[in-house]
This record gives sequence, structure tokens and C-alpha cells, in this order.
Amino acid sequence: MGVREGLLALLDREPAHGYQLKTGFEAATGGVWSLNVGQVYATLERLERDGFVASEETDEHTGKRPYRITAAGADELGAWWAATPSDDPPPRDELMVKVLLAIATDQKRALDVVTAQRNALMTLLQKRRRESVPAPGRPSDPLVDRLVVDALVVRAEADLRWLDLCEERLVAERDAEPAVASSSRGRKGGRS
Amino acid sequence: MTALLEFVDVLKRYGDGPQEIRALTDVTLEVAAGEFLAVRGPSGSGKSTLLHLAGGLDDPSAGHVCFDGHEISGFSLKERAALRRRDIGYVFQRLNLVSGLTAIENVSLPLELEGVARRAARAQAMDALHDVGLDEQLDRYPDDFSGGQQQRIAIARGIIGNRRLLLADEPTGALDTITGDAVIELLATLPAAHGTAVVLVTHEPRYAAWADRVVSMRDGRIVDIAIAPNTSPIHEPVA
Repeated sequence: MGVREGLLALLDREPAHGYQLKTGFEAATGGVWSLNVGQVYATLERLERDGFVASEETDEHTGKRPYRITAAGADELGAWWAATPSDDPPPRDELMVKVLLAIATDQKRALDVVTAQRNALMTLLQKRRRESVPAPGRPSDPLVDRLVVDALVVRAEADLRWLDLCEERLVAERDAEPAVASSSRGRKGGRS
Repeated sequence: MTALLEFVDVLKRYGDGPQEIRALTDVTLEVAAGEFLAVRGPSGSGKSTLLHLAGGLDDPSAGHVCFDGHEISGFSLKERAALRRRDIGYVFQRLNLVSGLTAIENVSLPLELEGVARRAARAQAMDALHDVGLDEQLDRYPDDFSGGQQQRIAIARGIIGNRRLLLADEPTGALDTITGDAVIELLATLPAAHGTAVVLVTHEPRYAAWADRVVSMRDGRIVDIAIAPNTSPIHEPVA
């Protein structure tokens, strides 16, 4: 997702000038995505060039120029709401690769790696559980703030659950085949 | 800071010889007054055994489990019963409320068993129910309340009488996520509000994360302790 779709979504609600779009975007996303005004105006220029927004007369009182969404912009926004991710990205995050490589090379180390990663993630989750207060000065919607915290918590939970499963499967394999485990692991080259 | 609950080199085994199962090995752990501690680990890792020993429901095979400086295994059955009535409360996954008693009667029950006059016990029960967010229709029976409300009643029963330690064994197991969050957020307020130490056993990372420290167990041993940022350094991390 780009900033352009976010601005179109806000302009679909009502016309707004650049600074209103900046603060509106940050409030709607619960403060997880900060914009600078220059970035907003650069995006508005591109949207206007492409015919998705139109600028109106400069307001005499504020000296600012509001923008409104065009019919083409509304179509573009509608297509974005309807679009779903088509690719299934390969799971190549560092945590997964680190644990898989540890398992391939040394099972004892793999359990240590799982434990260390889980400690770091749990500490992060403990921190996030205590971070529900919005930053000073940012417009706040309690529902949005709660949903942002939910999103962060659920993502950390997913990694923690995966690490729990790694531990359980490693321990189960160790207990089922202690002799095989000690002879086939711990060598460079991993499984054989 | 003085430990309210203390495990020192605790070993717990079941069976003998080849049948021996070590449920806990070399467990050393302190829980301070007013601390919120969570215990995680896979099935069979020893976390429920830890909770049973903490509540005096079982004794260690070796080592020491102390409450407020006194070794629990030295207590008579009568003294253990008194400890559970006066100092240690429990909350379980199954709600364990007495279906034939009203909410307020369920909560006042431990005090009445202790000999507190009924009127005084009811007054304390109303205070405890207020503290868990229940103020109305307290003369209804448990089945008239939602699962989350029943768990709040169980927590009120667990803390009534200024008990110093609340042991919670998967208290969110029967609840949906949002209701479970509310119950754990309530547990997290108890240390500051009442000075109650809370030991929570849970599989769920989202609930454990409310605790000051999260103990991870594996094969009956403590393998890790995660400490919340900005938590006062009551204890050192596991080496």
C-alpha cells in the first residue's frame, strides 16, 4: 500500500488540504505511519497529474488549497478496496531462517536459539502491552489505538507461537530418538 | 525485597526406578509480594506442578517451598487448609463456583468458613465484587452470568480477605480473546490495588505478556525469564 491510496480514501470522505490529510492519515492509522507535509503535497501533485484528484480555489482565510477526489480517483480507490494480495511471499524472515539453520547444524543450539529469540519477543510483547497510551499531541481514537495494539500484539504472538511449536517438536524428536538425534545432528551438513 | 513465595532447589518426582518421572528439577524461584509472574511451557513442562507446590497441594521430593518464610511442607493438614483460606486464593480454567450459591455467597464462602460473621463476610464480598467490576444483581446464581463475569466472581473469591497470593491456572481457557484480555487486565491490577502477588499459568503469550516476569519451563526446569521493560529489578535473570 502507498500513501496515495490513503490520501484518496481520506479525500473520498471530504475535501481537505495537505496538512489536514497529513493529520487525518496519522490519526486513522493510530500513529504507526508518520507523514511529512512535503511528502503529502508531492503525492497530491502526482494524483492531480493522473486525474485522480483536483485542486480547488485557495481558501482566502487559511491561504490553503483544498483537494477533492475525482470520479477517476473514486474508481481507482474502489479498485484498491477490492484488490487482494495475489502472491504468497516465501517465508524468508530472519527469525525463521535463523532457527531453521540452527536446527540443521546443532539441535542443542537450536533450543538455545529458540529460547533466546522467545525471550526477546516476549519482552517486546510485554512492552507493547504497556504502550496503549497514544503519543502526546497525536489525535486519538480509542478504537483505532486498540486495533493498532491488537495488530502488534497478534504479530508478536504469531512468532512466539511458532517458536513454541519449534520447541515442542524439537523436544519430541529428541525424546523419541535420543540415539539417532545425538549421532545425526551436531555435524556440519545437518540431516543425513 | 522479601520473597512471599520461594522455591529453593526444588525437585519433584513421581514413581520410582525406570518409571520415575521428574516433574520439576532444580527449580529456584522467588515471587515478591505484589508481583505479577506468569509461567509458560508446553504440556508436561512442570508448570502445573509448580502451582500445586506453591499452593501446598503437594510437597516437593527435595528442596524447599516457603510461603512468607515458612516451609509449607512442614505445615499440618489443618495449617495448610488455613493457609489456603487466609492467604492463597485460586482461579482455575473451570470456574469452580458453587452453582447453588449466589455470586455474593460464593465470594463470602471462604470468610464464613473462617468464622467471619455473615454480615461482615457479605460486606467484604461486595467490596471484592466491586473491585472486579461487578456491582449489580449479586444475588443471582453463577449460571445467570456470562463466562467472563463468572471468572470475575472466581477472582473476587480468590482475593477476598486480603489474601496475599493468587494462583491462576489457565483462567482464560474457556473464554474468548477479548473477554480473556479483560480478565487478565483485571489480574494485572491486583498487585498495585491490593498488594496481591499473582502467579498465572498460561499457554497464551498475549496474556503472559501482562506479567512483570514471564518464566518459561521445559523438561521441569526453568529455562528462561523474560522481564518487562521498566520493571523494578526484584530478581536477577536466570543464568
